[in-house]
Amino acid sequence: MLLLYLAIRQLTASIGLTSLGGQAQMVRPLIAPMAEARFGELPDKTRYLILAHAAAVDNVGVFFGEDIFLAMGSVLLIKGFLDENGIHLTPLHIALWAIPTAIAVFIIHGVRLMLLDRRLRKQFKDRQP
Amino acid sequence: MIRLEFIYTLAGLLFSTVAVLEFLDRANPKRFRKTIFWGIYGITFLFGSVLPSLVTGCLVILMVLVTGWKDLGTSKVKTTAEPERRQSAARLRDKLFIPALCIPLVTFLGTLLLPNITINGQALAAAKDATLVSLGLSVIVALVVALWLFRQRFVTSLHEGRRLLTAVGTVAVLPQLLAALGALFAAAGVGQVVSDGVTRFIPADATFLVIVAFTVGMALFTMIMGNAFAAFPVMVAGIGLPLIVHKLGGDPAIMAAIGMLSGYCGTLMTPMAANFNIVPAALLELPDKNGVVKVQIPTGLILLAVNTLLMYFLVFRF
Repeated sequence: MLLLYLAIRQLTASIGLTSLGGQAQMVRPLIAPMAEARFGELPDKTRYLILAHAAAVDNVGVFFGEDIFLAMGSVLLIKGFLDENGIHLTPLHIALWAIPTAIAVFIIHGVRLMLLDRRLRKQFKDRQP
Repeated sequence: MIRLEFIYTLAGLLFSTVAVLEFLDRANPKRFRKTIFWGIYGITFLFGSVLPSLVTGCLVILMVLVTGWKDLGTSKVKTTAEPERRQSAARLRDKLFIPALCIPLVTFLGTLLLPNITINGQALAAAKDATLVSLGLSVIVALVVALWLFRQRFVTSLHEGRRLLTAVGTVAVLPQLLAALGALFAAAGVGQVVSDGVTRFIPADATFLVIVAFTVGMALFTMIMGNAFAAFPVMVAGIGLPLIVHKLGGDPAIMAAIGMLSGYCGTLMTPMAANFNIVPAALLELPDKNGVVKVQIPTGLILLAVNTLLMYFLVFRF
Protein backbone atom coordinates (compact mmCIF):
# COMPACT_ATOMS: atom_id res chain seq x y z
CA MET A 1 0.00 0.00 0.00
CA LEU A 2 2.63 2.50 0.98
CA LEU A 3 4.58 1.36 -2.03
CA LEU A 4 2.36 3.67 -4.02
CA TYR A 5 3.32 6.36 -1.57
CA LEU A 6 6.95 5.55 -2.31
CA ALA A 7 6.33 5.76 -6.05
CA ILE A 8 4.81 9.21 -5.64
CA ARG A 9 7.97 10.23 -3.82
CA GLN A 10 10.20 9.10 -6.62
CA LEU A 11 8.02 11.10 -8.98
CA THR A 12 8.63 14.18 -6.86
CA ALA A 13 12.33 13.43 -7.09
CA SER A 14 12.18 13.47 -10.85
CA ILE A 15 10.25 16.73 -10.71
CA GLY A 16 13.07 18.18 -8.64
CA LEU A 17 15.38 16.79 -11.26
CA THR A 18 13.87 18.97 -13.93
CA SER A 19 13.56 21.87 -11.47
CA LEU A 20 9.83 22.34 -11.81
CA GLY A 21 9.62 24.08 -8.48
CA GLY A 22 6.87 23.90 -5.92
CA GLN A 23 8.12 21.78 -3.03
CA ALA A 24 5.97 22.54 -0.06
CA GLN A 25 3.38 23.72 -2.55
CA MET A 26 3.15 20.21 -3.94
CA VAL A 27 3.38 18.37 -0.63
CA ARG A 28 0.67 20.20 1.23
CA PRO A 29 -2.14 20.00 -1.29
CA LEU A 30 -1.19 16.74 -3.00
CA ILE A 31 1.29 14.36 -1.48
CA ALA A 32 0.58 14.63 2.22
CA PRO A 33 -3.18 13.96 2.06
CA MET A 34 -2.59 11.04 -0.27
CA ALA A 35 -0.01 9.47 2.04
CA GLU A 36 -2.27 10.01 5.00
CA ALA A 37 -5.25 8.43 3.31
CA ARG A 38 -3.44 5.09 2.86
CA PHE A 39 -4.44 3.93 6.30
CA GLY A 40 -7.71 5.75 6.87
CA GLU A 41 -8.27 7.07 10.39
CA LEU A 42 -5.08 7.18 12.42
CA PRO A 43 -4.03 8.34 15.85
CA ASP A 44 -2.59 11.86 15.73
CA LYS A 45 0.93 10.75 16.50
CA THR A 46 1.10 8.41 13.50
CA ARG A 47 -0.60 10.95 11.31
CA TYR A 48 2.03 13.56 12.12
CA LEU A 49 4.79 11.02 11.50
CA ILE A 50 3.45 10.29 8.03
CA LEU A 51 3.03 13.98 7.26
CA ALA A 52 6.59 14.66 8.38
CA HIS A 53 7.78 11.84 6.13
CA ALA A 54 5.87 13.29 3.21
CA ALA A 55 7.70 16.60 3.58
CA ALA A 56 11.02 14.84 4.17
CA VAL A 57 10.82 12.75 1.03
CA ASP A 58 10.17 15.84 -1.01
CA ASN A 59 13.28 17.48 0.43
CA VAL A 60 15.41 14.41 -0.16
CA GLY A 61 14.17 14.02 -3.70
CA VAL A 62 14.65 17.64 -4.66
CA PHE A 63 18.05 18.12 -3.01
CA PHE A 64 19.70 15.14 -4.56
CA GLY A 65 17.83 15.15 -7.83
CA GLU A 66 18.38 18.77 -8.80
CA ASP A 67 22.16 18.62 -9.02
CA ILE A 68 21.94 16.25 -11.96
CA PHE A 69 20.02 18.87 -13.88
CA LEU A 70 22.38 21.12 -15.82
CA ALA A 71 20.96 24.54 -15.24
CA MET A 72 20.35 24.29 -11.50
CA GLY A 73 21.48 27.13 -9.29
CA SER A 74 23.79 24.87 -7.30
CA VAL A 75 25.61 23.60 -10.39
CA LEU A 76 25.95 27.14 -11.71
CA LEU A 77 27.21 28.32 -8.33
CA ILE A 78 29.88 25.61 -8.34
CA LYS A 79 30.90 26.54 -11.88
CA GLY A 80 31.00 30.23 -11.10
CA PHE A 81 33.10 29.76 -7.99
CA LEU A 82 35.61 27.46 -9.67
CA ASP A 83 35.83 29.81 -12.66
CA GLU A 84 36.87 32.59 -10.32
CA ASN A 85 39.62 30.36 -9.01
CA GLY A 86 40.97 29.55 -12.43
CA ILE A 87 39.42 26.12 -12.89
CA HIS A 88 37.11 25.89 -15.88
CA LEU A 89 34.58 23.08 -16.08
CA THR A 90 31.42 22.48 -18.03
CA PRO A 91 28.18 22.17 -16.04
CA LEU A 92 27.75 18.73 -17.59
CA HIS A 93 30.91 17.53 -15.92
CA ILE A 94 29.81 18.72 -12.49
CA ALA A 95 26.29 17.37 -12.84
CA LEU A 96 27.67 13.98 -13.90
CA TRP A 97 29.35 13.51 -10.52
CA ALA A 98 26.11 14.15 -8.68
CA ILE A 99 24.72 10.90 -10.07
CA PRO A 100 26.47 8.42 -7.72
CA THR A 101 25.14 10.29 -4.70
CA ALA A 102 21.66 10.50 -6.22
CA ILE A 103 21.61 6.72 -6.65
CA ALA A 104 22.87 6.20 -3.11
CA VAL A 105 20.22 8.43 -1.59
CA PHE A 106 17.53 6.72 -3.62
CA ILE A 107 18.51 3.37 -2.12
CA ILE A 108 18.95 4.65 1.43
CA HIS A 109 15.70 6.54 1.60
CA GLY A 110 13.78 3.91 -0.33
CA VAL A 111 14.76 1.26 2.20
CA ARG A 112 13.81 3.56 5.07
CA LEU A 113 10.38 4.18 3.56
CA MET A 114 9.77 0.48 3.04
CA LEU A 115 10.70 -0.19 6.65
CA LEU A 116 8.29 2.52 7.77
CA ASP A 117 5.60 1.02 5.59
CA ARG A 118 6.16 -2.40 7.10
CA ARG A 119 6.01 -1.06 10.63
CA LEU A 120 2.80 0.84 9.99
CA ARG A 121 1.20 -2.11 8.26
CA LYS A 122 1.98 -4.35 11.21
CA GLN A 123 0.64 -1.77 13.62
CA PHE A 124 -2.61 -1.19 11.75
CA LYS A 125 -3.17 -4.42 9.91
CA ASP A 126 -6.62 -4.95 11.42
CA ARG A 127 -7.79 -1.63 9.96
CA GLN A 128 -6.89 -2.26 6.38
CA PRO A 129 -9.34 -3.49 3.77
CA MET B 1 10.61 41.06 -22.54
CA ILE B 2 9.60 39.81 -19.15
CA ARG B 3 12.33 40.35 -16.59
CA LEU B 4 13.02 38.76 -13.26
CA GLU B 5 11.59 41.89 -11.59
CA PHE B 6 8.19 40.61 -12.66
CA ILE B 7 8.37 37.90 -9.98
CA TYR B 8 9.50 40.35 -7.32
CA THR B 9 6.68 42.72 -8.19
CA LEU B 10 4.17 39.89 -7.96
CA ALA B 11 5.47 38.79 -4.56
CA GLY B 12 5.70 42.40 -3.39
CA LEU B 13 2.06 43.02 -4.31
CA LEU B 14 0.98 39.93 -2.36
CA PHE B 15 2.91 40.95 0.78
CA SER B 16 1.61 44.51 0.56
CA THR B 17 -1.94 43.24 0.24
CA VAL B 18 -1.47 41.08 3.32
CA ALA B 19 -0.25 44.20 5.15
CA VAL B 20 -3.38 46.12 4.11
CA LEU B 21 -5.64 43.23 5.16
CA GLU B 22 -3.90 43.10 8.54
CA PHE B 23 -4.45 46.82 8.98
CA LEU B 24 -8.15 46.56 8.17
CA ASP B 25 -8.65 43.70 10.65
CA ARG B 26 -9.65 45.61 13.78
CA ALA B 27 -10.08 42.47 15.91
CA ASN B 28 -6.41 41.62 15.50
CA PRO B 29 -4.36 42.33 18.65
CA LYS B 30 -1.03 42.58 16.81
CA ARG B 31 -2.55 44.55 13.96
CA PHE B 32 0.00 47.35 13.66
CA ARG B 33 3.09 45.20 14.08
CA LYS B 34 1.92 42.78 11.43
CA THR B 35 1.02 45.63 9.09
CA ILE B 36 4.52 47.10 9.45
CA PHE B 37 6.24 43.69 9.08
CA TRP B 38 4.50 42.57 5.90
CA GLY B 39 4.35 46.13 4.57
CA ILE B 40 8.13 46.55 4.76
CA TYR B 41 8.63 43.11 3.29
CA GLY B 42 6.41 44.11 0.38
CA ILE B 43 8.33 47.37 -0.10
CA THR B 44 11.69 45.58 -0.27
CA PHE B 45 10.30 43.38 -3.01
CA LEU B 46 8.61 46.17 -4.97
CA PHE B 47 11.35 48.78 -4.78
CA GLY B 48 14.41 46.72 -3.80
CA SER B 49 16.16 47.43 -7.09
CA VAL B 50 15.81 51.20 -6.84
CA LEU B 51 16.30 51.72 -3.10
CA PRO B 52 19.88 52.28 -1.91
CA SER B 53 21.13 49.17 -0.10
CA LEU B 54 21.59 51.13 3.13
CA VAL B 55 17.88 51.97 3.19
CA THR B 56 16.92 48.35 2.47
CA GLY B 57 19.24 47.17 5.25
CA CYS B 58 17.66 49.56 7.74
CA LEU B 59 14.19 48.41 6.66
CA VAL B 60 15.16 44.78 7.31
CA ILE B 61 16.44 45.67 10.78
CA LEU B 62 13.17 47.47 11.45
CA MET B 63 11.28 44.32 10.43
CA VAL B 64 13.22 42.28 12.99
CA LEU B 65 12.62 44.86 15.72
CA VAL B 66 8.89 44.91 15.02
CA THR B 67 8.56 41.17 15.60
CA GLY B 68 9.97 41.58 19.12
CA TRP B 69 12.08 38.43 18.56
CA LYS B 70 9.02 36.18 18.49
CA ASP B 71 6.65 34.87 15.91
CA LEU B 72 3.62 37.10 15.49
CA GLY B 73 1.17 34.20 15.27
CA THR B 74 -1.46 33.14 12.79
CA SER B 75 -4.20 35.61 11.99
CA LYS B 76 -7.80 34.50 12.24
CA VAL B 77 -9.11 34.92 8.76
CA LYS B 78 -12.63 34.72 7.45
CA THR B 79 -12.52 32.37 4.49
CA THR B 80 -14.79 29.71 3.12
CA ALA B 81 -16.84 27.73 5.66
CA GLU B 82 -16.23 24.06 6.37
CA PRO B 83 -19.52 22.69 4.88
CA GLU B 84 -18.99 24.80 1.78
CA ARG B 85 -15.55 23.25 1.35
CA ARG B 86 -16.84 19.72 1.72
CA GLN B 87 -19.56 20.35 -0.82
CA SER B 88 -17.09 21.78 -3.27
CA ALA B 89 -14.69 18.89 -2.72
CA ALA B 90 -17.45 16.34 -3.31
CA ARG B 91 -18.47 18.07 -6.52
CA LEU B 92 -14.99 18.36 -8.00
CA ARG B 93 -13.31 15.20 -6.67
CA ASP B 94 -10.10 14.57 -8.64
CA LYS B 95 -10.40 17.87 -10.47
CA LEU B 96 -9.28 19.45 -7.20
CA PHE B 97 -5.72 18.67 -8.24
CA ILE B 98 -5.88 20.49 -11.56
CA PRO B 99 -4.78 23.93 -10.27
CA ALA B 100 -1.92 22.40 -8.27
CA LEU B 101 -0.72 20.51 -11.33
CA CYS B 102 -0.92 23.66 -13.45
CA ILE B 103 2.12 25.04 -11.62
CA PRO B 104 4.74 22.44 -12.59
CA LEU B 105 3.20 22.00 -16.04
CA VAL B 106 3.16 25.68 -17.00
CA THR B 107 6.60 26.24 -15.45
CA PHE B 108 8.03 23.42 -17.50
CA LEU B 109 6.45 24.54 -20.77
CA GLY B 110 7.38 28.16 -20.12
CA THR B 111 11.01 27.27 -19.42
CA LEU B 112 11.20 25.50 -22.74
CA LEU B 113 9.20 27.96 -24.84
CA LEU B 114 9.66 31.49 -23.49
CA PRO B 115 13.30 31.99 -24.56
CA ASN B 116 12.36 30.87 -28.09
CA ILE B 117 9.38 33.15 -28.59
CA THR B 118 10.58 36.46 -29.94
CA ILE B 119 8.70 39.70 -30.40
CA ASN B 120 10.50 42.38 -32.42
CA GLY B 121 13.67 40.35 -32.17
CA GLN B 122 13.56 40.18 -28.38
CA ALA B 123 12.95 36.94 -26.54
CA LEU B 124 9.97 36.97 -24.20
CA ALA B 125 12.28 36.05 -21.35
CA ALA B 126 16.03 35.58 -21.15
CA ALA B 127 17.05 31.93 -20.89
CA LYS B 128 18.59 32.42 -17.47
CA ASP B 129 15.39 33.93 -16.06
CA ALA B 130 12.97 31.69 -17.93
CA THR B 131 12.39 29.20 -15.12
CA LEU B 132 11.54 31.81 -12.52
CA VAL B 133 9.47 33.92 -14.88
CA SER B 134 7.53 30.82 -15.90
CA LEU B 135 7.01 29.96 -12.25
CA GLY B 136 5.44 33.37 -11.73
CA LEU B 137 3.23 32.95 -14.79
CA SER B 138 2.21 29.45 -13.73
CA VAL B 139 1.02 30.74 -10.37
CA ILE B 140 -1.23 33.24 -12.13
CA VAL B 141 -2.57 30.54 -14.45
CA ALA B 142 -3.20 28.20 -11.51
CA LEU B 143 -4.99 30.96 -9.62
CA VAL B 144 -7.29 31.77 -12.53
CA VAL B 145 -8.07 28.09 -13.07
CA ALA B 146 -8.73 27.59 -9.36
CA LEU B 147 -11.05 30.59 -9.10
CA TRP B 148 -13.02 29.43 -12.11
CA LEU B 149 -13.16 25.81 -10.94
CA PHE B 150 -14.09 26.52 -7.33
CA ARG B 151 -16.38 29.42 -8.27
CA GLN B 152 -14.71 31.70 -5.78
CA ARG B 153 -14.04 35.40 -5.88
CA PHE B 154 -10.53 36.78 -6.19
CA VAL B 155 -10.69 38.22 -2.66
CA THR B 156 -10.95 34.72 -1.20
CA SER B 157 -7.52 33.87 -2.54
CA LEU B 158 -6.07 36.96 -0.88
CA HIS B 159 -7.59 35.99 2.47
CA GLU B 160 -6.28 32.43 2.14
CA GLY B 161 -2.88 33.81 1.21
CA ARG B 162 -2.88 35.91 4.34
CA ARG B 163 -3.82 32.91 6.49
CA LEU B 164 -1.01 30.76 5.06
CA LEU B 165 1.60 33.51 5.22
CA THR B 166 0.89 34.35 8.82
CA ALA B 167 0.88 30.61 9.62
CA VAL B 168 4.40 30.32 8.19
CA GLY B 169 5.13 33.53 10.04
CA THR B 170 8.35 35.44 10.35
CA VAL B 171 10.52 32.47 9.27
CA ALA B 172 9.33 33.16 5.73
CA VAL B 173 12.06 35.81 5.61
CA LEU B 174 14.89 33.56 6.87
CA PRO B 175 16.26 32.15 3.58
CA GLN B 176 16.98 35.61 2.19
CA LEU B 177 18.72 36.73 5.36
CA LEU B 178 20.84 33.56 5.40
CA ALA B 179 21.98 33.95 1.82
CA ALA B 180 23.13 37.48 2.68
CA LEU B 181 25.00 36.07 5.68
CA GLY B 182 26.90 33.57 3.53
CA ALA B 183 28.09 36.29 1.18
CA LEU B 184 29.20 38.29 4.20
CA PHE B 185 31.18 35.37 5.67
CA ALA B 186 33.00 34.68 2.43
CA ALA B 187 33.80 38.38 1.98
CA ALA B 188 35.18 38.48 5.52
CA GLY B 189 37.68 35.71 4.70
CA VAL B 190 36.37 32.90 6.89
CA GLY B 191 37.72 30.40 4.32
CA GLN B 192 41.30 31.22 5.23
CA VAL B 193 40.57 30.69 8.92
CA VAL B 194 39.04 27.27 8.22
CA SER B 195 42.03 26.28 6.11
CA ASP B 196 44.50 27.28 8.83
CA GLY B 197 42.50 25.39 11.44
CA VAL B 198 42.43 22.19 9.41
CA THR B 199 46.11 22.16 8.50
CA ARG B 200 46.97 22.68 12.13
CA PHE B 201 45.20 19.51 13.25
CA ILE B 202 45.44 17.22 10.23
CA PRO B 203 48.60 16.35 8.34
CA ALA B 204 47.82 17.41 4.76
CA ASP B 205 48.92 14.07 3.33
CA ALA B 206 46.45 12.09 5.44
CA THR B 207 44.13 11.86 2.47
CA PHE B 208 41.16 10.23 4.13
CA LEU B 209 41.16 12.64 7.07
CA VAL B 210 41.28 15.65 4.77
CA ILE B 211 38.29 14.34 2.86
CA VAL B 212 36.39 13.66 6.06
CA ALA B 213 37.21 17.18 7.23
CA PHE B 214 35.83 18.55 3.95
CA THR B 215 32.57 16.55 3.74
CA VAL B 216 31.76 16.68 7.44
CA GLY B 217 32.83 20.31 7.52
CA MET B 218 30.44 21.11 4.67
CA ALA B 219 27.62 19.38 6.53
CA LEU B 220 28.37 21.05 9.88
CA PHE B 221 28.87 24.48 8.36
CA THR B 222 25.65 24.07 6.41
CA MET B 223 23.83 23.12 9.60
CA ILE B 224 25.07 26.30 11.27
CA MET B 225 24.40 28.56 8.30
CA GLY B 226 21.21 26.78 7.29
CA ASN B 227 22.26 26.79 3.67
CA ALA B 228 24.76 24.76 1.66
CA PHE B 229 25.22 27.64 -0.77
CA ALA B 230 26.48 29.78 2.08
CA ALA B 231 28.87 27.08 3.32
CA PHE B 232 30.22 26.09 -0.10
CA PRO B 233 32.47 29.09 -0.92
CA VAL B 234 33.94 29.03 2.56
CA MET B 235 34.75 25.31 2.64
CA VAL B 236 35.96 25.05 -0.95
CA ALA B 237 38.27 28.02 -0.53
CA GLY B 238 39.41 26.60 2.82
CA ILE B 239 39.87 22.88 2.16
CA GLY B 240 38.56 21.83 -1.24
CA LEU B 241 40.82 23.80 -3.55
CA PRO B 242 44.07 24.24 -1.58
CA LEU B 243 44.24 20.78 -0.05
CA ILE B 244 42.21 18.28 -2.07
CA VAL B 245 42.72 19.69 -5.55
CA HIS B 246 46.09 21.48 -5.50
CA LYS B 247 48.02 19.50 -2.91
CA LEU B 248 46.58 16.01 -3.33
CA GLY B 249 45.67 16.28 -7.01
CA GLY B 250 41.95 15.52 -6.76
CA ASP B 251 39.47 16.18 -9.54
CA PRO B 252 37.81 19.58 -8.99
CA ALA B 253 34.45 18.56 -10.49
CA ILE B 254 34.08 15.56 -8.18
CA MET B 255 35.30 17.54 -5.19
CA ALA B 256 32.78 20.32 -5.86
CA ALA B 257 29.77 18.16 -6.76
CA ILE B 258 30.05 15.71 -3.88
CA GLY B 259 31.09 18.52 -1.54
CA MET B 260 27.92 20.43 -2.33
CA LEU B 261 25.84 17.29 -1.82
CA SER B 262 27.51 16.70 1.55
CA GLY B 263 26.33 20.15 2.44
CA TYR B 264 22.82 19.08 1.48
CA CYS B 265 23.10 16.25 4.02
CA GLY B 266 23.60 19.00 6.58
CA THR B 267 20.55 20.82 5.23
CA LEU B 268 18.46 17.73 5.98
CA MET B 269 19.53 17.85 9.62
CA THR B 270 19.14 21.47 10.67
CA PRO B 271 16.19 23.60 11.71
CA MET B 272 18.18 26.55 10.36
CA ALA B 273 17.17 25.48 6.85
CA ALA B 274 13.80 26.94 7.64
CA ASN B 275 12.41 27.01 4.14
CA PHE B 276 12.86 23.25 3.72
CA ASN B 277 12.39 21.95 7.24
CA ILE B 278 10.37 24.39 9.32
CA VAL B 279 8.07 25.91 6.70
CA PRO B 280 6.65 22.52 5.57
CA ALA B 281 6.10 21.57 9.21
CA ALA B 282 4.10 24.76 9.62
CA LEU B 283 2.24 24.25 6.34
CA LEU B 284 1.26 20.72 7.33
CA GLU B 285 0.26 22.04 10.74
CA LEU B 286 2.52 19.62 12.60
CA PRO B 287 2.62 20.26 16.36
CA ASP B 288 6.39 19.62 16.45
CA LYS B 289 8.20 22.22 14.36
CA ASN B 290 11.22 19.92 14.16
CA GLY B 291 9.17 16.90 13.09
CA VAL B 292 10.46 16.98 9.53
CA VAL B 293 14.10 17.38 10.62
CA LYS B 294 13.89 14.40 12.97
CA VAL B 295 12.60 12.17 10.20
CA GLN B 296 15.43 13.28 7.92
CA ILE B 297 18.38 12.86 10.30
CA PRO B 298 19.02 9.11 9.68
CA THR B 299 19.06 9.58 5.90
CA GLY B 300 21.32 12.60 6.27
CA LEU B 301 23.87 10.76 8.42
CA ILE B 302 24.00 7.61 6.30
CA LEU B 303 24.28 9.62 3.11
CA LEU B 304 27.05 11.78 4.54
CA ALA B 305 29.06 8.62 5.24
CA VAL B 306 28.36 7.34 1.71
CA ASN B 307 29.37 10.70 0.23
CA THR B 308 32.64 10.66 2.13
CA LEU B 309 33.46 7.20 0.82
CA LEU B 310 32.38 8.12 -2.73
CA MET B 311 34.63 11.16 -2.65
CA TYR B 312 37.54 9.12 -1.25
CA PHE B 313 37.30 6.48 -3.94
CA LEU B 314 36.45 8.72 -6.90
CA VAL B 315 38.23 12.03 -6.48
CA PHE B 316 41.77 10.78 -7.17
CA ARG B 317 40.80 8.31 -9.83
CA PHE B 318 39.80 10.65 -12.64
